[in-house]
Amino acid sequence: MTATGASLGSTAIEGKLRSPARPYGKKRSIMPGFGITFGFTIFYLCLIVLVPLSAVFVRSAGLGPAHFVDVGFSARAMASYRLSFGAAAAAAAVNSVFGLLIAWVLVRYEFPGRRLVSAMVDLPFALPTAVAGIALTAIYAPNGWLGQYLEPLGMKVAYTPLGVVVALVFVGLPFVVRSVEPVLADLGHDVEEAAASLGAGRVDTFTRVILPAIGPALLTGFALAFARGVGEYGSVIFIAGNMPFVSEVSPLLIVTQLEQYDYAGATAIASVMLVASFALLLVINLIQIWSRKRMAA
Amino acid sequence: MSATPAPAHQRATAESPVARIVLIGVALAFLGLFLLLPLIAVFAEGLQRGIGPFLDAIVEPDALSAIRLTLTVAAISVPLNIVFGIAAAWAITKFDFPGKGLLITLIDLPFSVSPVVAGLMYILLFGSSGWFASVLADQDMQIVFAVPGIVLATIFVTFPFVARELIPLMQEQGRDDEEAALSLGASGWQTFWHVTLPNIRWGLLYGVLLCNARAMGEFGAVSVVSGHIRGETNTMPLHVEILYNEYNFVAAFAVASLLAGLALVTLVLKSVLEWRFDYHRGGTGH
Repeated sequence: MTATGASLGSTAIEGKLRSPARPYGKKRSIMPGFGITFGFTIFYLCLIVLVPLSAVFVRSAGLGPAHFVDVGFSARAMASYRLSFGAAAAAAAVNSVFGLLIAWVLVRYEFPGRRLVSAMVDLPFALPTAVAGIALTAIYAPNGWLGQYLEPLGMKVAYTPLGVVVALVFVGLPFVVRSVEPVLADLGHDVEEAAASLGAGRVDTFTRVILPAIGPALLTGFALAFARGVGEYGSVIFIAGNMPFVSEVSPLLIVTQLEQYDYAGATAIASVMLVASFALLLVINLIQIWSRKRMAA
Repeated sequence: MSATPAPAHQRATAESPVARIVLIGVALAFLGLFLLLPLIAVFAEGLQRGIGPFLDAIVEPDALSAIRLTLTVAAISVPLNIVFGIAAAWAITKFDFPGKGLLITLIDLPFSVSPVVAGLMYILLFGSSGWFASVLADQDMQIVFAVPGIVLATIFVTFPFVARELIPLMQEQGRDDEEAALSLGASGWQTFWHVTLPNIRWGLLYGVLLCNARAMGEFGAVSVVSGHIRGETNTMPLHVEILYNEYNFVAAFAVASLLAGLALVTLVLKSVLEWRFDYHRGGTGH
């Protein structure tokens, strides 16, 4: 039994620590319970995740390529992808800027209420999305808390694609803050001191020393926020307006088609979204492998 | 000018006080606008006609049945995911086997699936034209558009929470404690109850907390499989949606206030775990 490259990475260390008298794999571990815990893990994983997921792909394959492209890439579906992916990217970009700023302020500065603010950052993880959705709508609707002041300025937020971005900023913010925060905290002052002693100003030090160091973490945060935004439904549907071709996100289109018993359309769009999310997951894993290598170097 | 003695020169690796205040100000303004304001809006909109209509909306029979269903669903799905999380973390961290990285990625998979797609999967399996439709019809059983479907969808969206909290924690703790107990003659169960569980309790609690918050608040996945039968298959978030779409805003926000209260309790407990017990999570977000 050899450790695969994909395993946790701890096996290499343990291999070194293991005494030569007990060569790897010759003696069974005294630890009990492998059979039952491993077996249950695989069984539960298949039952809840793998079999249901495969149903989407098998059903899509059953449509045949021509029909699949027809319904999976129809004009209305394409418009929904553009909105879902575009708004998720815009929101993740906004969150990258402000999430980094918030992480910076939380790590570097002392101010009254800092802990309270830090706890607040996780609110989007804890607040049900539907609650966030109706609250944001109450704020940004044309007669809403802020909407009534924005409307005369010609800014319509609710019931437009901009509303989708606002909702996705809400759900995505903690991903960026929590990705960047630990890396920023670990970043030693010595590199910054070195940069300063070589004559760099704070802005120079930030863009040329700090930003490259936290780059992978920021990218991970962006990708996590983006991935979450693409599939988001609850917080979006109340504020979006849900006009086909204009403000209809892909998850909503799936729901609409299901309600009209258009299973083919719903399934095709779902598998397009699944492929996109798996690609994103792969990208996130690659970023993390890349950053671990950089750390080790 | 003030009489406080200024430092001889500002540290080269610190921002000027003005820059500091501006940065803190911008960060707080952003958080206030995007996080605090919506939270305040929930309670303010719910209470806009006073406490009477607020309470009426919560004790009304459909709301009470939604609360009951939400609690029931969480009471089934959270314990199942706890058992799974502990089993998966035990297998992954106490033993070596090939394909471990793949297994961990698969456990994380539900986080990258849109909740709506999660709901759709179960419709494709258990719906009227699904894979198991005829079996279910023979048994006169209904899964989707009924409570079992809601439970399944909730289990799916909360699937990774406990496992992903425990895996890095138990990985870090290693196997020495357990091996010592076992070599002193403890049985497997004794070792788990008296050695492993005390070691992982805060991490476990942390995972359960997040798992429960999501289980009670899930909307998209549950919405697809629920069928929206008032008083029967409506959870609290679905009840909020129905009230809102009926333009019954005060009632919608009143029920939403309960969910917001749950979110606040979750955040407080989570902070207590982080500060009081110095438990820090290893992962990056959910």
